[in-house]
Amino acid sequence: MTPGIYAYIFTMAAVTYLIRVLPLTLFRKEVNNQFVKSFLYYVPYATLAAMTFPTIIHATQSPISGIAALIVGFVTAWFGFDIFRVAFSCCGVVLLLEFFIR
Amino acid sequence: MSDTYSLKNTDNKAAFAQGMKDGVPIALAYFAVSFSLGIAAKNAGLNPVQGFIASALCTASAGEYVGFTMIAASATLIETALATLVTNARYFLMSCALSQKIDSKMPFFHRFIVAHFVTDELFGIAINRKGYFNPFYSYGAILCSVPWWSLGTMLGVIAGNLMPLRLVSAFSVALYGMFLAIVIPPARKEKAVMLVVLASFVLSSIGYYLPVFASVAEGTKTIIITVIVSAAAALLFPHKDEEEAQ
Repeated sequence: MTPGIYAYIFTMAAVTYLIRVLPLTLFRKEVNNQFVKSFLYYVPYATLAAMTFPTIIHATQSPISGIAALIVGFVTAWFGFDIFRVAFSCCGVVLLLEFFIR
Repeated sequence: MSDTYSLKNTDNKAAFAQGMKDGVPIALAYFAVSFSLGIAAKNAGLNPVQGFIASALCTASAGEYVGFTMIAASATLIETALATLVTNARYFLMSCALSQKIDSKMPFFHRFIVAHFVTDELFGIAINRKGYFNPFYSYGAILCSVPWWSLGTMLGVIAGNLMPLRLVSAFSVALYGMFLAIVIPPARKEKAVMLVVLASFVLSSIGYYLPVFASVAEGTKTIIITVIVSAAAALLFPHKDEEEAQ
């Protein structure tokens, strides 16, 4: 017998909340260790970068539009566009290119 | 260090308003991204209400996606819990980082609320602010953006099947565009961050394309890469706090 949808959802929710709440409620002392501090500083950049590439290339119907989305996202973010403009520029270039490719 | 957390209400109101403003682009991006997440939820057999509830209770992009694939595969609850743990482990590290920015004088209950909303984007904008963490800044951003995450998922379940494949394909890169928008600006300012980003790109490609690693789950790869790259960067480029750097 497979569990019901809600059993899955509550399992996901409970695990996700615990992951987030434990460090905020247990780690209350300030970390003074330079290595740990630096490590934590770099974590989000490493994670998000690893999740973006090369997955973005294969998220679309053609790798060409995926690569175009990567370049457009990189350039627009470089010049300081906000999250929405960067995300939508990526979507836009994929839509445009796949209109011609297919 | 400039102290942006304050017990004075006027400062908190200003922080709340600023949070609402900074939440607008996130709201738009969330709506686009969660729409594509809703399509995955639909494929896993969720109805629109279940899609809404899943997003409201999890507020996790990749984590929810993995969860939906587990549901679609009729996995056990333990397998689902493990997959969620691995995919969302980065939030543990983000919460650690955030907890370092919290003033010990801040009322404790805020931690239980804020914890639920440690997402890539909301963490990103909160950690980029100078000084102590102000929960009211985050509440503003949360109020403005998170409802759209749930609504987008629900609409994705409803409309996913009606949308042409071309549009689905275009929407699917919104998530990655959002990640780039968070990572690239600090990388431009700081050479060490740029090297972290590039090193993660390289290791991630190796993990993706080398057949040896084909059996390793994507979430697991992300964690391994994160630990290797962040540890190497911490050794090579110890990060200086702002007050030390000036």
